[in-house]
Amino acid sequence: MSTAWETVIGLEIHTQLATTSKIFSGSPTAYGAEPNTQANLVDLGYPGVLPVLNAEVVRMACKFGLAVNARIAPRSVFARKNYFYPDLPKGYQISQYELPIVFDGELQIETAAGDEKRIGITRAHLEEDAGKSVHEGFSQATGIDLNRAGTPLLEIVSEPDLRSASEAIAYMRKIHTIVRYLGISDGNMQEGSFRCDANVSVRPRGQAELGTRTELKNLNSFRFVEKAINYEIERQIDVLEDGGEVVQETRLYDSDKDETRPMRSKEEANDYRYFPDPDLLPVEISEDYIAAVRESLPELPDAKRKRFVDDYGLRPDDAGILILSLPLADFFEATAAATAAAPQVAANWVIGELSAALNRDGVAIADSRIAAGALARLLDRIEDNTISGKIAKEVFEAMWDGEGSADDIIESRGLRQITDSSAIDSVVDAVIAANPGQAAEYRAGKEKLLGFFVGQVMKETQGKANPAQVNEALKRRLKAE
Amino acid sequence: MSLTKEQVQHIAILARLKLADEQFDDVVAKLSTIVEFVDQLQSAPTDDVVPMAHPLDQAQRLRDDTVTASNERDRLQQNAPAVEAGYYLVPRVIE
Repeated sequence: MSTAWETVIGLEIHTQLATTSKIFSGSPTAYGAEPNTQANLVDLGYPGVLPVLNAEVVRMACKFGLAVNARIAPRSVFARKNYFYPDLPKGYQISQYELPIVFDGELQIETAAGDEKRIGITRAHLEEDAGKSVHEGFSQATGIDLNRAGTPLLEIVSEPDLRSASEAIAYMRKIHTIVRYLGISDGNMQEGSFRCDANVSVRPRGQAELGTRTELKNLNSFRFVEKAINYEIERQIDVLEDGGEVVQETRLYDSDKDETRPMRSKEEANDYRYFPDPDLLPVEISEDYIAAVRESLPELPDAKRKRFVDDYGLRPDDAGILILSLPLADFFEATAAATAAAPQVAANWVIGELSAALNRDGVAIADSRIAAGALARLLDRIEDNTISGKIAKEVFEAMWDGEGSADDIIESRGLRQITDSSAIDSVVDAVIAANPGQAAEYRAGKEKLLGFFVGQVMKETQGKANPAQVNEALKRRLKAE
Repeated sequence: MSLTKEQVQHIAILARLKLADEQFDDVVAKLSTIVEFVDQLQSAPTDDVVPMAHPLDQAQRLRDDTVTASNERDRLQQNAPAVEAGYYLVPRVIE
Protein backbone atom coordinates (compact mmCIF):
# COMPACT_ATOMS: atom_id res chain seq x y z
CA MET A 1 0.00 0.00 0.00
CA SER A 2 1.33 3.40 -0.93
CA THR A 3 2.62 5.42 2.03
CA ALA A 4 1.92 8.70 0.21
CA TRP A 5 -1.71 8.32 1.29
CA GLU A 6 -3.34 8.52 4.67
CA THR A 7 -6.52 6.60 5.45
CA VAL A 8 -9.32 8.14 7.51
CA ILE A 9 -12.03 5.88 8.92
CA GLY A 10 -15.09 6.49 11.07
CA LEU A 11 -17.33 3.67 12.25
CA GLU A 12 -21.05 3.52 12.91
CA ILE A 13 -21.83 0.55 15.12
CA HIS A 14 -25.39 -0.62 15.58
CA THR A 15 -25.69 -2.59 18.76
CA GLN A 16 -28.94 -4.29 19.65
CA LEU A 17 -29.93 -3.61 23.23
CA ALA A 18 -30.69 -6.70 25.29
CA THR A 19 -34.15 -5.74 26.48
CA THR A 20 -37.05 -8.11 27.01
CA SER A 21 -39.51 -5.96 25.08
CA LYS A 22 -39.22 -3.59 22.14
CA ILE A 23 -38.21 0.06 22.32
CA PHE A 24 -41.73 1.46 21.78
CA SER A 25 -44.05 -1.51 22.34
CA GLY A 26 -44.67 -4.45 24.62
CA SER A 27 -43.75 -7.06 21.99
CA PRO A 28 -41.01 -9.54 22.87
CA THR A 29 -37.57 -9.28 21.25
CA ALA A 30 -36.52 -12.95 21.36
CA TYR A 31 -34.43 -14.04 18.40
CA GLY A 32 -35.56 -16.76 16.03
CA ALA A 33 -39.33 -16.71 16.61
CA GLU A 34 -41.76 -17.72 13.88
CA PRO A 35 -42.22 -14.82 11.41
CA ASN A 36 -44.48 -11.99 12.56
CA THR A 37 -45.40 -13.63 15.88
CA GLN A 38 -43.64 -10.81 17.75
CA ALA A 39 -45.05 -7.87 15.82
CA ASN A 40 -48.05 -6.06 17.25
CA LEU A 41 -50.07 -3.01 16.22
CA VAL A 42 -47.35 -0.51 17.17
CA ASP A 43 -44.59 -2.47 15.41
CA LEU A 44 -46.74 -2.77 12.29
CA GLY A 45 -47.45 0.96 12.20
CA TYR A 46 -51.22 0.72 12.46
CA PRO A 47 -53.00 4.06 12.42
CA GLY A 48 -53.88 5.59 15.76
CA VAL A 49 -51.34 3.76 17.91
CA LEU A 50 -48.68 5.55 19.92
CA PRO A 51 -45.11 4.57 20.80
CA VAL A 52 -44.22 4.46 24.52
CA LEU A 53 -40.53 4.47 25.35
CA ASN A 54 -38.99 1.52 27.21
CA ALA A 55 -37.28 2.69 30.44
CA GLU A 56 -34.59 0.04 30.20
CA VAL A 57 -33.46 1.36 26.82
CA VAL A 58 -32.76 4.75 28.37
CA ARG A 59 -30.86 3.17 31.25
CA MET A 60 -28.73 1.07 28.87
CA ALA A 61 -27.85 4.06 26.70
CA CYS A 62 -26.79 5.98 29.84
CA LYS A 63 -24.66 3.06 31.00
CA PHE A 64 -22.87 3.05 27.69
CA GLY A 65 -22.40 6.81 27.75
CA LEU A 66 -20.84 6.74 31.20
CA ALA A 67 -18.62 3.79 30.26
CA VAL A 68 -17.06 5.77 27.40
CA ASN A 69 -16.70 8.97 29.40
CA ALA A 70 -19.39 10.69 27.34
CA ARG A 71 -21.95 13.31 28.24
CA ILE A 72 -25.55 12.29 28.82
CA ALA A 73 -28.01 14.75 27.33
CA PRO A 74 -30.31 16.17 30.03
CA ARG A 75 -32.87 16.42 27.24
CA SER A 76 -32.86 14.38 24.05
CA VAL A 77 -35.38 14.19 21.25
CA PHE A 78 -36.67 11.45 18.96
CA ALA A 79 -36.94 12.27 15.29
CA ARG A 80 -38.49 10.64 12.26
CA LYS A 81 -36.14 9.47 9.54
CA ASN A 82 -38.29 9.20 6.46
CA TYR A 83 -37.78 6.64 3.72
CA PHE A 84 -39.80 3.97 1.98
CA TYR A 85 -38.89 0.32 2.20
CA PRO A 86 -41.25 -2.63 2.62
CA ASP A 87 -39.70 -3.72 5.91
CA LEU A 88 -40.29 -0.28 7.44
CA PRO A 89 -44.06 -0.27 7.97
CA LYS A 90 -44.53 3.33 9.11
CA GLY A 91 -42.57 4.88 6.24
CA TYR A 92 -40.18 6.32 8.81
CA GLN A 93 -37.78 5.04 11.39
CA ILE A 94 -37.91 6.58 14.85
CA SER A 95 -34.35 7.66 15.58
CA GLN A 96 -32.54 10.61 17.14
CA TYR A 97 -31.00 13.35 15.07
CA GLU A 98 -30.06 16.75 16.46
CA LEU A 99 -30.23 15.86 20.15
CA PRO A 100 -28.89 12.33 20.76
CA ILE A 101 -28.99 10.84 24.25
CA VAL A 102 -25.19 10.36 24.44
CA PHE A 103 -22.47 12.57 22.95
CA ASP A 104 -18.81 13.55 23.29
CA GLY A 105 -17.32 10.26 24.43
CA GLU A 106 -13.97 8.58 23.95
CA LEU A 107 -12.04 5.41 24.46
CA GLN A 108 -8.45 4.26 24.23
CA ILE A 109 -7.32 1.62 21.78
CA GLU A 110 -3.97 -0.08 21.48
CA THR A 111 -2.40 0.34 18.03
CA ALA A 112 -0.47 -2.37 16.21
CA ALA A 113 2.72 -0.70 17.45
CA GLY A 114 1.49 -1.12 21.03
CA ASP A 115 0.76 2.57 21.64
CA GLU A 116 -2.36 3.95 23.30
CA LYS A 117 -4.54 6.04 21.03
CA ARG A 118 -7.64 8.06 21.87
CA ILE A 119 -10.66 7.56 19.61
CA GLY A 120 -13.46 10.09 19.92
CA ILE A 121 -17.08 8.96 20.06
CA THR A 122 -19.19 11.67 18.47
CA ARG A 123 -22.52 10.39 19.68
CA ALA A 124 -24.65 7.37 20.50
CA HIS A 125 -28.33 7.58 19.73
CA LEU A 126 -31.36 5.38 20.25
CA GLU A 127 -33.45 4.10 17.38
CA GLU A 128 -35.72 1.26 16.34
CA ASP A 129 -34.63 -1.52 14.02
CA ALA A 130 -36.51 -2.32 10.80
CA GLY A 131 -37.99 -5.69 9.83
CA LYS A 132 -36.43 -8.29 7.60
CA SER A 133 -37.02 -8.92 3.89
CA VAL A 134 -36.78 -12.48 2.64
CA HIS A 135 -36.22 -12.74 -1.09
CA GLU A 136 -35.87 -16.51 -1.47
CA GLY A 137 -38.69 -18.98 -1.32
CA PHE A 138 -41.50 -16.84 -2.71
CA SER A 139 -42.45 -16.70 -6.36
CA GLN A 140 -42.51 -13.15 -7.70
CA ALA A 141 -42.82 -11.74 -4.19
CA THR A 142 -40.74 -10.73 -1.20
CA GLY A 143 -41.67 -11.96 2.26
CA ILE A 144 -41.64 -9.51 5.15
CA ASP A 145 -40.99 -10.55 8.74
CA LEU A 146 -41.56 -7.69 11.17
CA ASN A 147 -40.42 -9.46 14.35
CA ARG A 148 -37.29 -7.32 14.37
CA ALA A 149 -39.17 -4.08 13.70
CA GLY A 150 -39.00 -1.97 16.84
CA THR A 151 -36.07 -3.82 18.38
CA PRO A 152 -34.00 -1.23 20.28
CA LEU A 153 -30.67 -0.21 18.78
CA LEU A 154 -27.94 2.04 20.06
CA GLU A 155 -26.02 3.52 17.12
CA ILE A 156 -22.52 4.45 18.21
CA VAL A 157 -20.77 6.90 15.89
CA SER A 158 -17.01 7.42 16.12
CA GLU A 159 -15.03 10.48 15.14
CA PRO A 160 -12.97 10.00 11.95
CA ASP A 161 -9.97 9.23 14.19
CA LEU A 162 -9.14 5.77 12.88
CA ARG A 163 -6.22 5.52 10.47
CA SER A 164 -6.16 1.88 9.41
CA ALA A 165 -8.29 -1.24 9.23
CA SER A 166 -6.46 -2.65 12.25
CA GLU A 167 -7.27 0.44 14.31
CA ALA A 168 -10.90 0.13 13.23
CA ILE A 169 -10.93 -3.49 14.41
CA ALA A 170 -9.28 -2.58 17.72
CA TYR A 171 -11.93 0.10 18.29
CA MET A 172 -14.76 -2.20 17.29
CA ARG A 173 -13.52 -4.98 19.58
CA LYS A 174 -13.29 -2.51 22.43
CA ILE A 175 -16.88 -1.38 21.94
CA HIS A 176 -17.93 -5.01 21.62
CA THR A 177 -16.25 -5.88 24.92
CA ILE A 178 -17.71 -2.83 26.69
CA VAL A 179 -21.33 -3.48 25.66
CA ARG A 180 -21.06 -7.08 26.84
CA TYR A 181 -19.46 -6.07 30.15
CA LEU A 182 -22.30 -3.62 30.66
CA GLY A 183 -24.79 -6.36 29.85
CA ILE A 184 -26.58 -4.04 27.43
CA SER A 185 -26.09 -6.27 24.36
CA ASP A 186 -25.21 -9.89 23.69
CA GLY A 187 -22.97 -8.65 20.86
CA ASN A 188 -23.91 -11.65 18.73
CA MET A 189 -22.75 -10.79 15.21
CA GLN A 190 -24.25 -13.85 13.50
CA GLU A 191 -27.68 -12.84 14.76
CA GLY A 192 -27.09 -9.21 13.78
CA SER A 193 -26.95 -7.85 17.33
CA PHE A 194 -23.72 -6.03 16.55
CA ARG A 195 -23.31 -4.56 13.07
CA CYS A 196 -20.99 -2.01 11.58
CA ASP A 197 -20.89 0.51 8.74
CA ALA A 198 -17.56 2.11 7.89
CA ASN A 199 -16.92 5.55 6.37
CA VAL A 200 -13.62 5.37 4.52
CA SER A 201 -11.61 8.03 2.72
CA VAL A 202 -7.99 8.60 1.77
CA ARG A 203 -6.03 11.84 1.40
CA PRO A 204 -2.45 12.76 0.53
CA ARG A 205 -0.39 12.46 3.71
CA GLY A 206 -0.09 15.89 5.32
CA GLN A 207 -3.28 17.29 3.82
CA ALA A 208 -5.69 18.63 6.44
CA GLU A 209 -8.82 18.45 4.33
CA LEU A 210 -10.59 15.08 4.25
CA GLY A 211 -10.92 13.16 1.01
CA THR A 212 -14.28 12.10 -0.41
CA ARG A 213 -15.62 9.20 1.59
CA THR A 214 -17.59 6.11 0.76
CA GLU A 215 -19.82 4.28 3.21
CA LEU A 216 -19.37 0.53 3.45
CA LYS A 217 -22.34 -1.52 4.54
CA ASN A 218 -23.01 -5.15 5.26
CA LEU A 219 -20.02 -5.73 7.52
CA ASN A 220 -21.17 -8.47 9.86
CA SER A 221 -17.92 -9.88 11.20
CA PHE A 222 -14.63 -8.46 12.43
CA ARG A 223 -12.84 -10.20 9.56
CA PHE A 224 -15.15 -8.69 6.94
CA VAL A 225 -14.74 -5.20 8.39
CA GLU A 226 -10.99 -5.54 8.04
CA LYS A 227 -11.11 -7.00 4.54
CA ALA A 228 -13.71 -4.54 3.25
CA ILE A 229 -11.80 -1.52 4.57
CA ASN A 230 -8.51 -2.73 3.13
CA TYR A 231 -10.13 -3.42 -0.23
CA GLU A 232 -11.74 0.01 -0.23
CA ILE A 233 -8.51 1.83 0.71
CA GLU A 234 -6.68 0.20 -2.19
CA ARG A 235 -9.55 0.90 -4.57
CA GLN A 236 -9.68 4.59 -3.65
CA ILE A 237 -5.90 4.98 -3.94
CA ASP A 238 -5.99 3.30 -7.37
CA VAL A 239 -8.74 5.68 -8.50
CA LEU A 240 -6.84 8.75 -7.27
CA GLU A 241 -3.47 7.64 -8.61
CA ASP A 242 -5.07 7.10 -12.01
CA GLY A 243 -6.16 10.73 -11.90
CA GLY A 244 -9.80 9.94 -11.12
CA GLU A 245 -12.12 11.10 -8.36
CA VAL A 246 -13.72 9.08 -5.58
CA VAL A 247 -17.50 9.23 -5.80
CA GLN A 248 -19.36 9.72 -2.53
CA GLU A 249 -21.60 6.68 -2.38
CA THR A 250 -22.73 3.71 -0.35
CA ARG A 251 -21.01 0.47 -1.22
CA LEU A 252 -21.85 -3.08 -0.23
CA TYR A 253 -19.18 -5.54 0.76
CA ASP A 254 -19.42 -8.90 -0.98
CA SER A 255 -17.59 -11.43 1.18
CA ASP A 256 -17.68 -14.12 -1.52
CA LYS A 257 -15.82 -11.97 -4.03
CA ASP A 258 -13.94 -9.94 -1.37
CA GLU A 259 -14.81 -6.64 -3.01
CA THR A 260 -17.03 -3.62 -2.46
CA ARG A 261 -19.43 -2.38 -5.10
CA PRO A 262 -21.82 0.54 -5.28
CA MET A 263 -25.42 0.05 -4.25
CA ARG A 264 -27.91 1.00 -6.92
CA SER A 265 -28.72 4.66 -6.63
CA LYS A 266 -32.41 3.75 -6.21
CA GLU A 267 -31.62 1.94 -2.97
CA GLU A 268 -30.15 5.14 -1.65
CA ALA A 269 -32.29 7.86 -0.27
CA ASN A 270 -30.00 10.33 1.41
CA ASP A 271 -32.77 12.85 1.83
CA TYR A 272 -34.36 11.61 5.03
CA ARG A 273 -36.22 14.83 5.96
CA TYR A 274 -35.74 14.36 9.69
CA PHE A 275 -38.14 16.16 11.98
CA PRO A 276 -39.02 15.76 15.68
CA ASP A 277 -41.48 12.92 16.18
CA PRO A 278 -44.69 14.49 17.48
CA ASP A 279 -45.70 11.12 19.00
CA LEU A 280 -42.87 11.27 21.51
CA LEU A 281 -41.99 13.89 24.10
CA PRO A 282 -38.40 14.87 24.87
CA VAL A 283 -36.56 12.42 27.13
CA GLU A 284 -35.37 14.15 30.28
CA ILE A 285 -32.60 12.68 32.37
CA SER A 286 -31.74 14.08 35.79
CA GLU A 287 -28.37 14.30 37.50
CA ASP A 288 -29.65 11.96 40.20
CA TYR A 289 -30.60 9.38 37.63
CA ILE A 290 -27.15 9.59 36.02
CA ALA A 291 -25.50 9.24 39.44
CA ALA A 292 -27.54 6.12 40.16
CA VAL A 293 -26.62 4.58 36.81
CA ARG A 294 -22.97 5.43 37.46
CA GLU A 295 -23.20 3.55 40.77
CA SER A 296 -24.48 0.48 38.95
CA LEU A 297 -21.60 0.30 36.44
CA PRO A 298 -19.56 -2.89 36.65
CA GLU A 299 -15.78 -2.95 36.49
CA LEU A 300 -14.90 -2.15 32.87
CA PRO A 301 -12.40 -3.97 30.66
CA ASP A 302 -9.54 -1.44 30.99
CA ALA A 303 -9.82 -1.35 34.79
CA LYS A 304 -10.02 -5.11 34.99
CA ARG A 305 -6.95 -5.54 32.82
CA LYS A 306 -4.99 -3.12 35.00
CA ARG A 307 -6.11 -4.92 38.15
CA PHE A 308 -5.12 -8.32 36.71
CA VAL A 309 -1.63 -6.98 36.03
CA ASP A 310 -1.27 -5.04 39.30
CA ASP A 311 -2.92 -7.44 41.75
CA TYR A 312 -2.25 -10.83 40.20
CA GLY A 313 1.05 -10.01 38.50
CA LEU A 314 -0.18 -11.32 35.15
CA ARG A 315 1.67 -10.57 31.94
CA PRO A 316 -0.18 -7.64 30.28
CA ASP A 317 -0.82 -9.66 27.11
CA ASP A 318 -2.39 -12.48 29.08
CA ALA A 319 -4.52 -10.05 31.08
CA GLY A 320 -5.60 -8.56 27.75
CA ILE A 321 -6.75 -11.96 26.47
CA LEU A 322 -8.64 -12.84 29.66
CA ILE A 323 -10.58 -9.57 29.84
CA LEU A 324 -11.90 -9.88 26.27
CA SER A 325 -14.60 -12.14 27.64
CA LEU A 326 -16.16 -11.42 31.00
CA PRO A 327 -17.01 -15.09 31.72
CA LEU A 328 -13.41 -16.06 30.92
CA ALA A 329 -12.09 -13.31 33.22
CA ASP A 330 -14.45 -14.48 35.98
CA PHE A 331 -13.39 -18.09 35.48
CA PHE A 332 -9.76 -17.07 35.84
CA GLU A 333 -10.46 -15.15 39.03
CA ALA A 334 -12.42 -18.02 40.55
CA THR A 335 -9.60 -20.42 39.70
CA ALA A 336 -6.86 -18.12 40.99
CA ALA A 337 -8.76 -17.58 44.23
CA ALA A 338 -9.17 -21.31 44.86
CA THR A 339 -5.67 -22.56 44.14
CA ALA A 340 -2.33 -22.38 45.91
CA ALA A 341 -0.64 -22.07 42.51
CA ALA A 342 0.48 -18.66 41.25
CA PRO A 343 -2.22 -16.60 39.43
CA GLN A 344 -0.05 -16.62 36.29
CA VAL A 345 -0.22 -20.43 36.31
CA ALA A 346 -4.01 -20.24 36.56
CA ALA A 347 -4.02 -17.73 33.67
CA ASN A 348 -1.82 -20.01 31.56
CA TRP A 349 -4.23 -22.91 32.04
CA VAL A 350 -7.36 -20.87 31.39
CA ILE A 351 -5.89 -19.30 28.24
CA GLY A 352 -4.16 -22.50 27.14
CA GLU A 353 -5.68 -25.91 27.91
CA LEU A 354 -9.12 -24.72 28.92
CA SER A 355 -9.69 -22.31 26.01
CA ALA A 356 -8.33 -24.92 23.57
CA ALA A 357 -10.74 -27.56 24.90
CA LEU A 358 -13.68 -25.12 24.79
CA ASN A 359 -12.87 -24.14 21.20
CA ARG A 360 -12.21 -27.69 20.10
CA ASP A 361 -15.57 -28.95 21.34
CA GLY A 362 -17.52 -25.74 20.71
CA VAL A 363 -18.46 -25.37 24.36
CA ALA A 364 -19.20 -21.98 25.94
CA ILE A 365 -17.22 -21.11 29.04
CA ALA A 366 -20.46 -21.07 31.04
CA ASP A 367 -20.91 -24.75 30.14
CA SER A 368 -17.27 -25.72 30.76
CA ARG A 369 -16.93 -29.40 31.62
CA ILE A 370 -14.35 -28.46 34.24
CA ALA A 371 -15.43 -25.97 36.90
CA ALA A 372 -13.05 -23.33 38.22
CA GLY A 373 -12.81 -25.12 41.57
CA ALA A 374 -11.92 -28.41 39.89
CA LEU A 375 -9.23 -26.75 37.77
CA ALA A 376 -7.87 -25.15 40.94
CA ARG A 377 -7.46 -28.62 42.54
CA LEU A 378 -5.51 -29.79 39.50
CA LEU A 379 -3.19 -26.79 39.74
CA ASP A 380 -2.74 -27.51 43.46
CA ARG A 381 -1.46 -30.96 42.57
CA ILE A 382 1.18 -29.40 40.31
CA GLU A 383 2.02 -26.88 42.98
CA ASP A 384 2.54 -29.52 45.68
CA ASN A 385 4.57 -31.72 43.31
CA THR A 386 2.03 -34.55 43.24
CA ILE A 387 2.20 -34.44 39.45
CA SER A 388 4.28 -32.63 36.83
CA GLY A 389 2.86 -30.03 34.47
CA LYS A 390 3.10 -32.53 31.64
CA ILE A 391 1.13 -35.21 33.48
CA ALA A 392 -1.35 -32.50 34.49
CA LYS A 393 -2.31 -32.12 30.83
CA GLU A 394 -3.23 -35.80 30.74
CA VAL A 395 -5.26 -35.36 33.94
CA PHE A 396 -6.93 -32.29 32.46
CA GLU A 397 -8.09 -34.22 29.39
CA ALA A 398 -9.46 -36.99 31.60
CA MET A 399 -11.30 -34.42 33.74
CA TRP A 400 -12.68 -32.86 30.55
CA ASP A 401 -13.91 -36.30 29.51
CA GLY A 402 -15.78 -36.61 32.78
CA GLU A 403 -13.57 -39.17 34.52
CA GLY A 404 -13.76 -37.38 37.85
CA SER A 405 -11.73 -34.99 39.95
CA ALA A 406 -8.00 -34.40 39.56
CA ASP A 407 -7.28 -36.45 42.69
CA ASP A 408 -9.48 -39.35 41.56
CA ILE A 409 -7.77 -39.50 38.20
CA ILE A 410 -4.26 -39.22 39.65
CA GLU A 411 -5.03 -42.14 41.98
CA SER A 412 -6.91 -44.36 39.55
CA ARG A 413 -4.32 -43.96 36.81
CA GLY A 414 -1.35 -44.13 39.17
CA LEU A 415 0.04 -40.81 37.99
CA ARG A 416 1.47 -39.66 41.28
CA GLN A 417 4.87 -38.16 40.65
CA ILE A 418 7.97 -40.02 41.85
CA THR A 419 9.69 -37.70 44.28
CA ASP A 420 11.48 -40.35 46.31
CA SER A 421 15.12 -39.40 45.60
CA SER A 422 16.49 -42.91 46.09
CA ALA A 423 14.00 -44.27 43.56
CA ILE A 424 14.96 -41.54 41.08
CA ASP A 425 18.67 -42.14 41.71
CA SER A 426 18.34 -45.82 40.91
CA VAL A 427 16.57 -45.12 37.59
CA VAL A 428 19.17 -42.48 36.79
CA ASP A 429 21.98 -44.91 37.52
CA ALA A 430 20.39 -47.56 35.34
CA VAL A 431 19.99 -45.13 32.45
CA ILE A 432 23.60 -43.96 32.70
CA ALA A 433 24.80 -47.57 32.84
CA ALA A 434 22.76 -48.44 29.74
CA ASN A 435 24.24 -45.56 27.73
CA PRO A 436 27.97 -45.52 28.46
CA GLY A 437 28.87 -43.85 25.14
CA GLN A 438 26.61 -40.81 25.68
CA ALA A 439 27.74 -40.60 29.30
CA ALA A 440 31.37 -40.38 28.17
CA GLU A 441 30.51 -37.68 25.62
CA TYR A 442 28.65 -35.71 28.28
CA ARG A 443 31.61 -35.83 30.57
CA ALA A 444 33.85 -34.74 27.68
CA GLY A 445 31.82 -31.53 27.55
CA LYS A 446 28.78 -32.27 25.35
CA GLU A 447 26.35 -31.01 27.97
CA LYS A 448 23.47 -30.83 25.54
CA LEU A 449 23.17 -34.58 26.04
CA LEU A 450 21.54 -33.94 29.41
CA GLY A 451 18.25 -33.64 27.57
CA PHE A 452 18.72 -37.10 26.11
CA PHE A 453 19.23 -38.55 29.59
CA VAL A 454 16.22 -36.69 31.00
CA GLY A 455 14.15 -38.15 28.18
CA GLN A 456 15.36 -41.68 28.94
CA VAL A 457 14.58 -41.35 32.65
CA MET A 458 11.11 -39.97 31.88
CA LYS A 459 10.52 -42.87 29.50
CA GLU A 460 11.51 -45.36 32.19
CA THR A 461 9.16 -43.73 34.70
CA GLN A 462 6.25 -43.07 32.27
CA GLY A 463 6.81 -39.35 32.78
CA LYS A 464 6.13 -39.57 36.48
CA ALA A 465 9.55 -38.62 37.84
CA ASN A 466 9.83 -35.08 39.17
CA PRO A 467 11.66 -33.21 36.37
CA ALA A 468 13.65 -30.92 38.65
CA GLN A 469 14.84 -33.85 40.73
CA VAL A 470 15.75 -35.85 37.62
CA ASN A 471 17.85 -32.98 36.32
CA GLU A 472 19.61 -32.59 39.60
CA ALA A 473 20.25 -36.34 40.00
CA LEU A 474 21.55 -36.73 36.46
CA LYS A 475 24.02 -33.88 36.79
CA ARG A 476 25.21 -35.21 40.11
CA ARG A 477 25.54 -38.85 38.98
CA LEU A 478 27.09 -38.07 35.60
CA LYS A 479 29.69 -35.89 37.21
CA ALA A 480 30.40 -38.42 39.96
CA GLU A 481 31.81 -41.13 37.72
CA MET B 1 -39.33 31.63 -1.71
CA SER B 2 -40.78 29.88 -4.74
CA LEU B 3 -40.18 26.22 -5.37
CA THR B 4 -38.81 25.06 -8.70
CA LYS B 5 -40.32 22.30 -10.75
CA GLU B 6 -37.19 20.21 -10.10
CA GLN B 7 -37.64 20.54 -6.34
CA VAL B 8 -41.24 19.45 -6.57
CA GLN B 9 -40.24 16.51 -8.76
CA HIS B 10 -37.68 15.49 -6.14
CA ILE B 11 -40.25 15.78 -3.34
CA ALA B 12 -42.71 13.72 -5.37
CA ILE B 13 -40.14 10.95 -5.80
CA LEU B 14 -39.30 10.95 -2.07
CA ALA B 15 -43.01 10.84 -1.22
CA ARG B 16 -43.70 8.18 -3.87
CA LEU B 17 -46.28 10.43 -5.54
CA LYS B 18 -46.87 10.20 -9.26
CA LEU B 19 -47.69 13.57 -10.78
CA ALA B 20 -48.80 13.96 -14.36
CA ASP B 21 -46.87 16.60 -16.35
CA GLU B 22 -49.89 18.88 -16.62
CA GLN B 23 -50.31 18.87 -12.83
CA PHE B 24 -46.90 20.33 -12.11
CA ASP B 25 -47.54 24.04 -12.69
CA ASP B 26 -50.51 23.94 -10.35
CA VAL B 27 -48.71 21.93 -7.63
CA VAL B 28 -45.59 24.12 -7.83
CA ALA B 29 -47.71 27.25 -7.41
CA LYS B 30 -49.74 25.88 -4.52
CA LEU B 31 -46.77 24.43 -2.63
CA SER B 32 -44.92 27.71 -3.14
CA THR B 33 -47.66 29.67 -1.42
CA ILE B 34 -47.33 27.35 1.60
CA VAL B 35 -43.55 27.80 1.67
CA GLU B 36 -43.94 31.56 1.36
CA PHE B 37 -46.43 31.54 4.21
CA VAL B 38 -43.98 29.64 6.42
CA ASP B 39 -41.18 31.95 5.26
CA GLN B 40 -42.69 34.72 7.34
CA LEU B 41 -41.45 32.85 10.42
CA GLN B 42 -37.89 33.42 9.27
CA SER B 43 -38.27 37.09 10.10
CA ALA B 44 -39.13 36.38 13.76
CA PRO B 45 -36.15 36.89 16.12
CA THR B 46 -35.35 33.43 17.59
CA ASP B 47 -31.77 33.87 18.81
CA ASP B 48 -32.74 33.46 22.47
CA VAL B 49 -35.42 30.85 21.92
CA VAL B 50 -34.77 27.20 22.81
CA PRO B 51 -35.90 25.00 19.92
CA MET B 52 -39.22 23.40 20.73
CA ALA B 53 -39.35 19.65 20.23
CA HIS B 54 -42.97 19.29 21.20
CA PRO B 55 -45.88 21.67 21.87
CA LEU B 56 -46.59 19.92 25.19
CA ASP B 57 -44.16 21.20 27.77
CA GLN B 58 -43.67 17.78 29.36
CA ALA B 59 -41.12 15.00 29.46
CA GLN B 60 -41.53 11.56 27.95
CA ARG B 61 -43.04 8.97 30.28
CA LEU B 62 -41.37 5.61 30.27
CA ARG B 63 -42.80 2.11 30.47
CA ASP B 64 -41.30 -0.90 32.24
CA ASP B 65 -39.41 -3.35 30.11
CA THR B 66 -41.98 -6.12 30.19
CA VAL B 67 -43.77 -8.03 27.47
CA THR B 68 -47.39 -6.98 27.36
CA ALA B 69 -48.30 -7.95 23.79
CA SER B 70 -49.35 -11.41 22.74
CA ASN B 71 -49.06 -13.08 19.38
CA GLU B 72 -51.92 -11.78 17.23
CA ARG B 73 -50.49 -12.71 13.88
CA ASP B 74 -53.53 -14.54 12.57
CA ARG B 75 -55.86 -11.69 13.38
CA LEU B 76 -53.53 -8.97 12.07
CA GLN B 77 -52.75 -10.82 8.86
CA GLN B 78 -56.43 -10.86 7.96
CA ASN B 79 -55.87 -7.21 6.98
CA ALA B 80 -52.98 -8.05 4.65
CA PRO B 81 -53.58 -8.44 0.90
CA ALA B 82 -51.20 -11.42 0.73
CA VAL B 83 -49.47 -13.63 3.27
CA GLU B 84 -47.54 -16.87 2.98
CA ALA B 85 -45.94 -19.07 5.63
CA GLY B 86 -46.44 -16.31 8.19
CA TYR B 87 -44.78 -13.63 6.05
CA TYR B 88 -46.45 -10.53 4.65
CA LEU B 89 -45.98 -10.60 0.89
CA VAL B 90 -45.02 -7.51 -1.08
CA PRO B 91 -44.10 -7.09 -4.74
CA ARG B 92 -40.64 -8.50 -5.31
CA VAL B 93 -37.92 -6.15 -4.06
CA ILE B 94 -34.98 -6.41 -6.42
CA GLU B 95 -31.69 -6.59 -4.54
